[in-house]
Amino acid sequence: MLIQDVLVLSNKLIAENTFLLEVEFPELSEQLKPGQFFNLQVTSNSFPLLRRPFSISDVTETSLFFMYKLVGEGTKIMSEKVKGDKINLLGPLGNSFAIDDQCEHAIFIGGGIGIAPFPFLIKDMKVNQKYSVLFGVRNKGEAHNYGMNNISYSSDNGSIGIKGNVIDLLKLKLNDVGDTNIQIFACGPNPMLRALKNYTDKLNLDCFVSMESAMACGFGICQGCPIEHKGSDNYQLICKDGPIFNIKDIEI
Amino acid sequence: MSNIDLSVNIGGLKLKNPVLLASGTVGYGNEISEFIDLSKIGGIVTKSISLNPRKGNPPQRIFETASGMLNAIGLANVGLDVFVKEKIPFLKKINSTLICNIAASSIEEYEKCVELLDSESTIKAFEINVSCPNVKEGGLIFGNDVNAVARITEKVRAKTNKPIIIKLSPNNANIVDYAEVVKKEGGNAVSAINTLIGTSFDIYSRKPKIKNITGGLSGPAIKPVALAKVLEISRKVDIPIIGIGGIMNWKDAVEFMIVGATAFQIGTVNFINPNAGIEIIDGLEKYCRQTSVNNLNELIASRIV
Repeated sequence: MLIQDVLVLSNKLIAENTFLLEVEFPELSEQLKPGQFFNLQVTSNSFPLLRRPFSISDVTETSLFFMYKLVGEGTKIMSEKVKGDKINLLGPLGNSFAIDDQCEHAIFIGGGIGIAPFPFLIKDMKVNQKYSVLFGVRNKGEAHNYGMNNISYSSDNGSIGIKGNVIDLLKLKLNDVGDTNIQIFACGPNPMLRALKNYTDKLNLDCFVSMESAMACGFGICQGCPIEHKGSDNYQLICKDGPIFNIKDIEI
Repeated sequence: MSNIDLSVNIGGLKLKNPVLLASGTVGYGNEISEFIDLSKIGGIVTKSISLNPRKGNPPQRIFETASGMLNAIGLANVGLDVFVKEKIPFLKKINSTLICNIAASSIEEYEKCVELLDSESTIKAFEINVSCPNVKEGGLIFGNDVNAVARITEKVRAKTNKPIIIKLSPNNANIVDYAEVVKKEGGNAVSAINTLIGTSFDIYSRKPKIKNITGGLSGPAIKPVALAKVLEISRKVDIPIIGIGGIMNWKDAVEFMIVGATAFQIGTVNFINPNAGIEIIDGLEKYCRQTSVNNLNELIASRIV
């Protein structure tokens, strides 16, 4: 793990309130894995004070990409970064997604900005593995296809894809893929993940989720991101024990 | 160029420099050691240890505020047995002075913890967290009861010869009274201040931002309050003070020492820059050279008012 200033290479609006920040590839002591995140410091002033955790959206030989939604003070400052500015990275942090070798068809479910970690995961997949992306958005403006193919959309108002949510999409997709050996990977707001858990628990589907939480440090010392986990009496930490969990093991 | 002497002595506890990493911001040392050379730091204060493990509070536990953060972790910790068996071996290896922070829900529990840990040679001093609810007497906070603080100091004093540091709460009327009883009952130092009680609400859901409703405020937002408390104690009570509250860099640290602190703890900054402790040591050295200070002790309570 490291703490390092890197140069911003680009910072583009790719959908409504959604940006893709490209920074120079940092010097690393370990290989980056899909699902991991960095804790980004957007200013050296004391407001906002804390770093902001963002999962890795994509990597190339020379660049690292973070997809983010403009939500509050921190992401506002981030959205104003231009080529040549510096940003401080701490990471890589957390565990990673792992697609089974036996998996014939991976289903990636993203709710809003929860789509962020999947372009990197898709790039990292074995060539013979099939995948589908189920992308839930509020409206057409939020939809994009950065780094992904085979996308089905759902939207709250029906302006793109089906009118409904990603669980509706998942039901349709499961009908399509029939008896294939599938695995599901999801990231998005907690109400979406809760609904997904209800559904996948009932059908006993193999599903992993990337959880989001406010966190001060990102590496296990502030204890700010607890999650109830079946395997232990104590809370686990989203930053250190996650952010990826088997959906069966956690309370959402 | 001669080396500047950065060593300090807090009521018998010798430190190679005055930089301590505050309880609850370094865990038990292992995670943060990936970012910082702990052997260079003056000392580290463990996450509060209680006799039995504590699960801590449900989420949400933290919330960022203007230049600060609220936390209500709920003293989540592994408990004394696991601490001794699984955490001390690592802490032994890092070659930094170890201060063990203790939290308890009764005076007997404080006594028991100190008694059981006293033989651990790695532990060089105890810091007593009195900001826990007294379960026996209906959940009142020990730290707001000057008689309770006196009794806790007296009882733990009887169980150890190691330096005892009482970590004082700012959430009371007169912090000087507390420092006085600590001195009177044989405590070796006080650390000031613990977090300030605060809260934050969502204006649309009208619900609190953290599950516990209130939490402890830390970070640069509380630095002026902490400095004033250190100043007050330093003026009225002859006891070494470990300054805590919103230190982000060496300048903040120097300010605490000038106001009256013998050493200081850094907390919230470790979350943002886990290497801050080393940077502060470097900054202190440069400041001493610039201002012709040969021994850092010259700074302590050197305020001109």
